[in-house]
Amino acid sequence: MEKFGYAESSKFDTYASRMMPRDEFFTSGHRSCQGCGEALAVRWACKAIGKDAIIAHATGCMEIVSSGMPQTAWMHPWIHVAFENTSAVASGIEAALKVLKRKGKLKGPLPKVVAMGGDGGTSDIGLQSLSGALERGHNFTYICWDNEAYMNTGIQRSSATPFGAMTTTTPPGKRSFGQRTWKKDMVAIAVAHGIPYVATASPGYLFDLYFKVKKAVETPGPAYINILSVCPTGWRSATDLSVRLARLATETAVFPLFEVVDGKYRLTVEPPKIRPIRDYLKPQGRFRHLRDPEVEFIQKTVRAKYELLLEKCQAPFPEFSPVHVPEGI
Amino acid sequence: MIAHKKRVGMEVSIAVSHAVQLARAEAIAAYPITPQTHIVEHLSSLVANGDLEAEFIPVESEHSALSACIGCSAAGARTYTATSSQGLALMNEILFITSAMRLPIVMTVANRALSGPLSIWNDHSDIMAARDIGWIQIFTENGQEAFDHSVMAFKIAEDHRVVMPTIVNLDGFILTHVVEAHELMDQETVDRFLPELKPYHKLDIHQPVTMGAFAMPELFTECKMAHQEALTNSYGPILEIWQEWGELTGRHYKPVETYRTEGAKIIIMMMGSLAEVAEAAVDAMRDQGIPVGLVKIRLWRPFPFADLRAALAGAELVVVCDRALSLGGAAGPVLAEVRSAMYPLAVKPQILGYTVGLGGRDVQPEAFEELVRHAQAEVKQGPSQEFYIYGVRG
Repeated sequence: MEKFGYAESSKFDTYASRMMPRDEFFTSGHRSCQGCGEALAVRWACKAIGKDAIIAHATGCMEIVSSGMPQTAWMHPWIHVAFENTSAVASGIEAALKVLKRKGKLKGPLPKVVAMGGDGGTSDIGLQSLSGALERGHNFTYICWDNEAYMNTGIQRSSATPFGAMTTTTPPGKRSFGQRTWKKDMVAIAVAHGIPYVATASPGYLFDLYFKVKKAVETPGPAYINILSVCPTGWRSATDLSVRLARLATETAVFPLFEVVDGKYRLTVEPPKIRPIRDYLKPQGRFRHLRDPEVEFIQKTVRAKYELLLEKCQAPFPEFSPVHVPEGI
Repeated sequence: MIAHKKRVGMEVSIAVSHAVQLARAEAIAAYPITPQTHIVEHLSSLVANGDLEAEFIPVESEHSALSACIGCSAAGARTYTATSSQGLALMNEILFITSAMRLPIVMTVANRALSGPLSIWNDHSDIMAARDIGWIQIFTENGQEAFDHSVMAFKIAEDHRVVMPTIVNLDGFILTHVVEAHELMDQETVDRFLPELKPYHKLDIHQPVTMGAFAMPELFTECKMAHQEALTNSYGPILEIWQEWGELTGRHYKPVETYRTEGAKIIIMMMGSLAEVAEAAVDAMRDQGIPVGLVKIRLWRPFPFADLRAALAGAELVVVCDRALSLGGAAGPVLAEVRSAMYPLAVKPQILGYTVGLGGRDVQPEAFEELVRHAQAEVKQGPSQEFYIYGVRG
């Protein structure tokens, strides 16, 4: 059921910003760029995560803007180690909390463990440690801040960069139209690990994002959320258009919002009418060089991928998750 | 009072894992690599049987092993891992971060050659490539030492005057896979010696901290200086803890160990299990009237400058045996360190270096007699090379 275009949640009947937690865990004073969609997503994700959580963060934009010694923007206990190992660090934290709890050294409920990283730290250099942690079934949530390139080092392409996009390592030229490959499907990769909760989210739909993060951290076992993080600096877009672009990504079906619970797909935001891809591409300088044939190809592919997703959402699926091992076996 | 005197025969790897069990390690993350495997296999079975209350994380790489250990230790658990060779090399990036974050993780390194060509056999090229990682680094000579130092390492690492990750080196196969007689300890004694971990800092929802913040140029050097001072200052507590162990067990350890150095004009030097072979060689040479002694470095980091200078006082010729090469350089790593430590002295011995036993190449006692003869001849005519590789075919 949809209300105001947002996902249904059993815990909330109505949706209003005044009902959201006022607590701030990602505080002002950090150094993100003007119009950073990622900082907005981080702030709201942290609200959803709640107080009792430990965060492991990969090297990247969000780490750099928020943790310059001797300052920090993080109210949670927070650790940064390196670029590619955040999931492994989170595995360690989760395992340690379990044993300390068993030994009676940790009082109260187990803190939630959340790992965060950018698309490079997730789909490229951090893919191995992420896969390992998902496969081992640690009770943690991984959030990918997907701004679709290595923005921190100066807008180099990653495997999450969309087809056709200009980056500093996929510059358009006489023999190039920009990124030649399609965005790596991290959601499908996460789903393939048989984990109980996978979702996409966007700072254009904050309630949807809030409920998904909440659901993810409350789900026992591993959870993965891919959050589209609009980056005016890297996308060459106006800083006041970030939320608009995040919404356009969903309205044009480039970045559909859905969740996969125990393998079962469900669209959480269904745009009444899919808008043409040009509406999303046009405000972004990274796509400005594209000619009609490339845009048409993108349009066709986006439509085909969206239809496949809709099919998955309609497919019957048995109640099954390999992660939930029954008690007593 | 000497607590325990019964000697039990077991594989050294099993003795090391038994030490980790007695130390009540709470979190272990490891990835299999020969010749470390027996240690982590045994620990896995201890955890599986409930004989050790710990979490064993079977990670997907050594990089993740140490990264997971960082998570475990940062969350406040007593943390252990073991690796070797390529595994240590894969951890390299994280080794530096572990010590900079001052996390008291204990790691066994079953020393093995680094590829290539691939070799699973023993030398010290793995740990020497990680020489400057800012950890406390200890070398052991036999199973008993490996057992003792595996327990003591936790106490050293976690001491609030130290708070530093610690590596215990033992030679792959030569030690890890041999059965030796060990004087073990009972749990009660170890518990008295090694109390529960009280983390100096940890990730705690009641007292949130940010760990791993980055440093701009105006702070970076100060961070490094603090690390350098902390590592150097760990020397005192290390000796204190070794002393306490000595009183408890009768087994005393020193940063630099000496064997028959009284009146010795010639000193052979090395680290690790090869020293036991060298002892036999020293005995034989002493029988022939050659004034030779043996000096072994146990504490590699922090480097015991004063102990080394004292041990080498009176020597005219020092023959340093390295188990690793510094390719394209002037000396093997131990030779470089010893020469550098002795250089400021007004009166100093001739110091010659030999790289021996690479990639599991056997070194017999006779080798040391040969090295001494060769070194004496070289000194007489003036050294023909910066250092020598022993027994290599041309």
